[in-house]
Amino acid sequence: MNKQYLIALGIFLGLGALIFAALAFLLAPTATHGVNLYGDLDTQTLQVAKGLYCPVCPGTPLDMCETQACQQWRALIKDKLSQGETPAQIEAYFISQYGERVLGAPRAQGLNLAVYLLPAFAVSAGVAILYLFAARRVKPAPSAASAVKPVSNEYRSRIENELNQDE
Amino acid sequence: MSETVTPTPPKRRGTLIIFGVVVAILLALLAVLAIAVQQRGAGPLASGSAPEFTLTSFDGQKFTLSELRGKPVVLNFWASWCIPCRDEAPALQRAWEKYKDQGVLILGVDYVDTDADAKKFIAEFQQTYPNGADLGTKISQAYKISGVPETYFIGKDGKLLPGIDENGRVKGNWIGPLPEAVLLARIEEMLRQ
Repeated sequence: MNKQYLIALGIFLGLGALIFAALAFLLAPTATHGVNLYGDLDTQTLQVAKGLYCPVCPGTPLDMCETQACQQWRALIKDKLSQGETPAQIEAYFISQYGERVLGAPRAQGLNLAVYLLPAFAVSAGVAILYLFAARRVKPAPSAASAVKPVSNEYRSRIENELNQDE
Repeated sequence: MSETVTPTPPKRRGTLIIFGVVVAILLALLAVLAIAVQQRGAGPLASGSAPEFTLTSFDGQKFTLSELRGKPVVLNFWASWCIPCRDEAPALQRAWEKYKDQGVLILGVDYVDTDADAKKFIAEFQQTYPNGADLGTKISQAYKISGVPETYFIGKDGKLLPGIDENGRVKGNWIGPLPEAVLLARIEEMLRQ
């Protein structure tokens, strides 16, 4: 395979994997999983609530939402924390009870994978294609004249001799 | 004078093939996303077959729509935090007491609520008809509700009550607190079906 294609393929795979990993890391709905809880029970409740979204108030994280539904949810989190449940267990309960829509971002599985794969695929493929076009412009294909191999002196003198004989 | 056809150079052909494959994959992914968005984006159901569901009530009874053929079903979405739900709750209980012996089933679907608050609400309004949590918000998503309260009228044939009332509203659903007169009129119509 041509060297340019190999570089383009490398860009596509490398950049794609990098973007996918970055999206999965930034958007992964594990905000409550990795939380090291600190402070009193109310502070801990808000830390867990930060990673959850009530479907009644789309776009507003549970720790910021002041509707009655969200207040009830926070009270439930507080109750579960006081019973010794971990943030991961609380998140799992909310998913089982209300569905994955309580998460800030979809989990990277099933059709939801498209959310992470599509931007990675599109950007890396675009950069790889741009590279291919740019590489062709910077290094144009050799012309027919320059593609001719240089002739050795020995070969040149032999041709001259043969031409002289014909004359 | 004959024309000679210049073949596409192999390198350019390779680039075009890669470009074509990339575009085709992108289009396929976009089509899948568009179908998913279209399926989720449509508004509340207004007519046709009511989506299948299974509701487990707070006292453990299971209600599956396909097993309720022959019974008119009033499917009411509510929540304890919903203020307008308090307005319609007594009317739903009165309708249940009036029609339960005629085969009418009123089912309360508790939307995005905590069990403890839901049970308090049920006790406060002395509701005796079956109520259960919308686990995973699956039922509300299937019915594409726009909020609570919202009520669906499902005929004996499993289809939403057809037609439009004198105020131009579809008879199959009601968005917002349900007036008692509307509730009773639609139950009567389902019984006549």
